[in-house]
Amino acid sequence: MHPVIRTILQRLGLGLVTLFVVSLILFSSIEFLPGDFGEAVLGQAALPETVEAFRKELGLHLPMHERYFDWLGGILTGDMGNSFSGRGSSGGQDRSRPVIELLAPRLANTLFLASMAAIISVPLALFLGITAALYRNTIYDRTVNALTLTTISFPEFFVAYLLILGLSSFTKIFPSLANIDPDAVFWERVYLTALPALTLTLVIVAHMMRMTRAAIINLMASPYIEMADLKGASKSEIILRHALPNAWAPIVTVIAFNLAYLVVGVVVVEVVFVYPGVGQLMVDAVTTRDVPVVQGCAMIFAATYILLNLFADIISIITNPRLLHPR
Amino acid sequence: MADIKDLEKAAREGKLDRREFIKRAGALGLAAPFAATLLSQSVQAAMPKKGGKFVQGTAHGSTTDNLDPATNENGFSQNVVFTYSNHLFEVDNTGQLVPELAESFEASKDAKTWVFRLRKGVEFHNGKSLTADDVLASLNHHRGEDSQSAVKALLTPVESIKKTGSHEVTVKLNAGNADFPFLMSDYHFAILPEFNGEMDWQSGFGTGGYIIEKFEPGVRATFKRNPNYFKSGRAHFDEVETISLIDTTARQNAIMNQEVHAIGRVDPKTVHLLSRNPSLKILETTGTLHYTFPMRVDAPPFDNYDLRMAVKLSVDREQLVKKILLGHGAMGNDHPISSSQPFHNGEMPQRMYDPDKAKHHLKKSGFEGALDLSTSEAAFSGAVDAALLIKDSAAKAGLNVNVVREPKDGYWSNVWNKKPWCACYWGGRPTVDWMYSSAYVNDSEWNDTNWRTGAAADRFNKLVIEARSELDNEKRRAMYYETQQILSDDGGALIPMFANYIHAVSKKIGHDEQVAGNWEFDGNKNVERWWFA
Repeated sequence: MHPVIRTILQRLGLGLVTLFVVSLILFSSIEFLPGDFGEAVLGQAALPETVEAFRKELGLHLPMHERYFDWLGGILTGDMGNSFSGRGSSGGQDRSRPVIELLAPRLANTLFLASMAAIISVPLALFLGITAALYRNTIYDRTVNALTLTTISFPEFFVAYLLILGLSSFTKIFPSLANIDPDAVFWERVYLTALPALTLTLVIVAHMMRMTRAAIINLMASPYIEMADLKGASKSEIILRHALPNAWAPIVTVIAFNLAYLVVGVVVVEVVFVYPGVGQLMVDAVTTRDVPVVQGCAMIFAATYILLNLFADIISIITNPRLLHPR
Repeated sequence: MADIKDLEKAAREGKLDRREFIKRAGALGLAAPFAATLLSQSVQAAMPKKGGKFVQGTAHGSTTDNLDPATNENGFSQNVVFTYSNHLFEVDNTGQLVPELAESFEASKDAKTWVFRLRKGVEFHNGKSLTADDVLASLNHHRGEDSQSAVKALLTPVESIKKTGSHEVTVKLNAGNADFPFLMSDYHFAILPEFNGEMDWQSGFGTGGYIIEKFEPGVRATFKRNPNYFKSGRAHFDEVETISLIDTTARQNAIMNQEVHAIGRVDPKTVHLLSRNPSLKILETTGTLHYTFPMRVDAPPFDNYDLRMAVKLSVDREQLVKKILLGHGAMGNDHPISSSQPFHNGEMPQRMYDPDKAKHHLKKSGFEGALDLSTSEAAFSGAVDAALLIKDSAAKAGLNVNVVREPKDGYWSNVWNKKPWCACYWGGRPTVDWMYSSAYVNDSEWNDTNWRTGAAADRFNKLVIEARSELDNEKRRAMYYETQQILSDDGGALIPMFANYIHAVSKKIGHDEQVAGNWEFDGNKNVERWWFA
């Protein structure tokens, strides 16, 4: 078997083990949350017997391990269970919605926003990083550094409000509400998500750009670069052909980290722009104790992290000859 | 020569300017100031225009929302239910109960038997005609052993609900209740179509002025006008979109940038900034929402009347209204009846901050040490600050209050109704009896002060039961006045303030001069009451 394929399989296996551990931690920690779904959804004014009837219907009276294996078995067969919400209130008919059904449109929204932010920010960060390394210590380099560091230093919501003030309140170029409609056409979606995507771009570009710049500058001191320089290669040739291939590993790791952040860490931006993404769904589910939804979201977040890191590892291996052909 | 009606009509249609109107009205013998008011009234009351798409942002909404009225609890689902469905009765914009799907009703002398005659020719959105069967199924939805309805308790006195004609329903209660029609106006008791003997809420068909197009829990609901709506002069917008905008800043941004036409729950801290925006008006109604600090009277130290009185007198209500509500509210008198309600006892003097009297009662009670006051922002926004203000004012009366900050999560299950003294809120109930039945009578589960026994409590409970079946309004008024006095003096709840509902509304929107205060958004009926001016 090719060593690369073997490594990938190994990593995948490890990823599954990690997911399993995550599921275990997740399930037990949710047990420790105070409060109860029945009381949360029926409100301050519910009768105790009503709450009891509700708990029974949801299966909350069963012991913890039974519920855990039930749930895990469901996940393995692609069934995340039914949400606690939307249960019928009489007649015992089950009209709650499957978690997948709740999650899928929200996940699609989150991925759409994440892709939009990624499509803007990754090329931008690479371009800025490479050019900053190329013109190291010039005014250009310093300006780019100062600007990106400024935007990353502000909290997300502040960047978001500044953008709303400038591009929405004063100039009315973009809307401040990004509550996209499932039936919206592609360009309308792009238009509505412009401000949140821009906010995220401003927040993550610095990290990727600084890493690109640092990785390249680090390599510039290596003997083989000196060799290339002595050979008479031009500066851009040295960076693009000689330095960059060796710099991919750290850059890709940072990109993967930031992409994962775009999927799992954007709750604040979602709240500010009222964007119906997974983050809001999860916060909502936590406050109402809708446990199956919380678990579903958390599993998806964990899987995103694991997959993106796996992806980063694979790219580092493929682009690095020393890792590709281990002795 | 034209009479004053023609003049008004001309003014409405814009054919007359102000000067001309007053001049001609003068010719008809009207004094100028009176003519001016008449002018503004006739323009205000101009026939509402039809059309347009109305977008509003509510501060509520959650992914757990559904269309089942039995589990509806937040402002978003309340507004939705009032938009697409109707009830037997409606509370109009002046706070009066008027028939909605019921055409008329009759009560037996003991207020135990109620006969409701339904309006004929009303259609659900799927074309089905409204009959007694639908009402039967809709009410029975909240009854029965395994019902999870939030208003199950309200229907426990119901002995039977029977169909006594194709458009007539008879309800028998085991005890008289003069407020029964009023209860039927509650948002939970929406009348939805019957299907196989049960209420069918799943399909989302109602009789209301708007038909649901899309319902995305926690995000939005969109509607289009019902062309067959049975009410005339209502439901003016063509389309409606109700968005859940939970974040205060996002909500206020949305109205500032004119992306929505109305929002609820404006932050009192920024309302003066919003009012500067020339395209907006601020709409405030004194509602029934009140903030309480229930003391549990079943155990020491609060089983002592003098200590409770000392607490009530050592709270600076004026300061609480000024600092916590920033003036957007009214002082409470330690009973839960709002000044906007018909049986509010306005003759009772307002209890004020009186450290000397408080000291006297404290001394009489013999209490020494500190009182723990549990609080959390979960109770209401500003509850922690309110508790600290109480601590300060009480200290001046020689009473030590120890403020305990509780976690927001699980506040309603672990703190409220358990700790001896805590912060709480009540959204209020449309009727006096309903409010009492929820939290103050001796057999209520949520009697959060546990004020159940003793001479005063007995008298209170006796009066509440008597007043419930009393159909003579004057006698009822006397009874309710007395109950408010008893509650205020002996009861365990410290009720220092009533909050206003504050909305920001675009000036493009027209509505009646008087706006209902029973819920936010004009009693949550704004979608069918408002129009584009």
